[in-house]
Amino acid sequence: MRIVVDLNRCQGYAQCVYLAHEIFKLNGAEALTYEPNPDDARRLQVLRAAAACPVRAIMIDRLDGAERGAPS
Amino acid sequence: MTMSATLAELVRDFKANGRIVIVGASLAGLRAAEALRQEGFSGSLSIIGDEPYEPYDRPPLSKQVLKGWVPADHTQLPRFRELDAQWRLGVAATGLDRATRQVRLADGEQVPYDRLLIATGTRARQWPNPAEAALEGVFSLRSRDDAARLQQALAAGPSRVLVIGGGFIGSEVASVCRELDIPVTVAERGSAPLVGALGGVIGEIAAQMQRDHGVDLRCGVGVSSLEGDARGHVRRARLSDGATIEADVVLAALGSIRNVEWLEGSGLAAGFWGVGCDAGGRAFDINGVATDTVYVAGDVARAPHVLYEYQFLAMEHWDNAVFGAEVAAHNMVSLEPDYRPHLLLPGFWSGQFGVNIKSVGVPPFGDEIVFTQGSVKERCFAAAYGRRGRVVAAVSFDHGKWLEYYARLIEQSAPFPPPPPGWDRPDVMKPVPAEFPAPGVPTAIPDVVLTGHDPSGRTAEFRPRGH
Repeated sequence: MRIVVDLNRCQGYAQCVYLAHEIFKLNGAEALTYEPNPDDARRLQVLRAAAACPVRAIMIDRLDGAERGAPS
Repeated sequence: MTMSATLAELVRDFKANGRIVIVGASLAGLRAAEALRQEGFSGSLSIIGDEPYEPYDRPPLSKQVLKGWVPADHTQLPRFRELDAQWRLGVAATGLDRATRQVRLADGEQVPYDRLLIATGTRARQWPNPAEAALEGVFSLRSRDDAARLQQALAAGPSRVLVIGGGFIGSEVASVCRELDIPVTVAERGSAPLVGALGGVIGEIAAQMQRDHGVDLRCGVGVSSLEGDARGHVRRARLSDGATIEADVVLAALGSIRNVEWLEGSGLAAGFWGVGCDAGGRAFDINGVATDTVYVAGDVARAPHVLYEYQFLAMEHWDNAVFGAEVAAHNMVSLEPDYRPHLLLPGFWSGQFGVNIKSVGVPPFGDEIVFTQGSVKERCFAAAYGRRGRVVAAVSFDHGKWLEYYARLIEQSAPFPPPPPGWDRPDVMKPVPAEFPAPGVPTAIPDVVLTGHDPSGRTAEFRPRGH
């Protein structure tokens, strides 16, 4: 799956880190880094993390891999 | 039929049968394409990109990708809607003919358009000596391929990395090197890292941060030459102060060059700082007249900004690409009463040495700075930039939650020094000179630039007097 975090909006609340620590990591107190194309097996974890973000900074692919391999 | 009904009919017809070409298949190009479909454009949509990849996100390349955590090909951008577009990836646009409304491609093909969006962005400035730049172990960092190559070189455990240029990319790469326990030297021609973007006061804080993390930071020096061994691999660099650095990986982090060469002869106001356009994304021609068919978005656009005395602002920022693309897309399929302006308050972030540096506004527009919150010693603070008694920008180190407060002040042209937000005030709140380098002083080119009022008018058609 493909995600992107709007790091202008992100304020380092780190709720995503608690819910999906393999995908989202804090570098220090506030700087978030993440895996932009997580394995599909992590989908539920990532969706929960996105829903828990207080500033809605995590954006998730809405095509859901429907057209994988080829540009839409 | 009334005139307005006729115009509305034209718009409906264009949305159904028009041809839109987007040149540039990165963040701005992708978001513009999605916004066009969102706006109800169902005509033909072509997206042209010189890289062979689907749109990917660049900020992770200098951080989690280099660190070896995320593979370079794991940076594809999420899609928010079906595009039904013709993609031409791996082929660059090489020319624009506005008379016949065609984009010329490197493979000779001509792509016709009714409306065109220019989103060709920037490329990394290469080390200027071609023979030295061709040495093995000399890198630049802009694309996915660049990141994959540099990551491999870092993973091989070099004896020392030399980073030429202490801007954001250079500083982030130095940070990754230290995280990987690789010795690193940063050579910055200015007085401190980040000095072009944030000024000398913040630059000094960044310099101390780098040194505390073991970076061999050298400011006020340039790199005179790179030397290779018999097998053509870089081994050392000579600095302008006579020093020699032994390094087997060299990163040229010299800022970016705007991709405007393909527009030569098109009659558009394209030049060193990008393609001039109005705040709605409509490109200017060389005479400063807004076109109705050509639009610009992302890193390559420069537009007047109401908050900064209508100076032309060029922004190499992530959200400038996203929002600029959405505004341009909307205006491409709308009539004048519905035009929207791209009035973004600039903002960026940079994760380095375990600290989150964020900014809003245009710091180099200011000439004074005041620390308003937190502690510089703990590298956890906020500071505001001022010019002529008003707040024009703010910067934070691990204090990002407060930037919105400053953003509101900037939008309101609030007085400088600003009223304290009533939380963790430092003992001293006294404005001091922000110490931006004078124009022309060599340093890496900052990624937000006030490019002046002057469109690139060398070939403007001046009206003769007396006619």
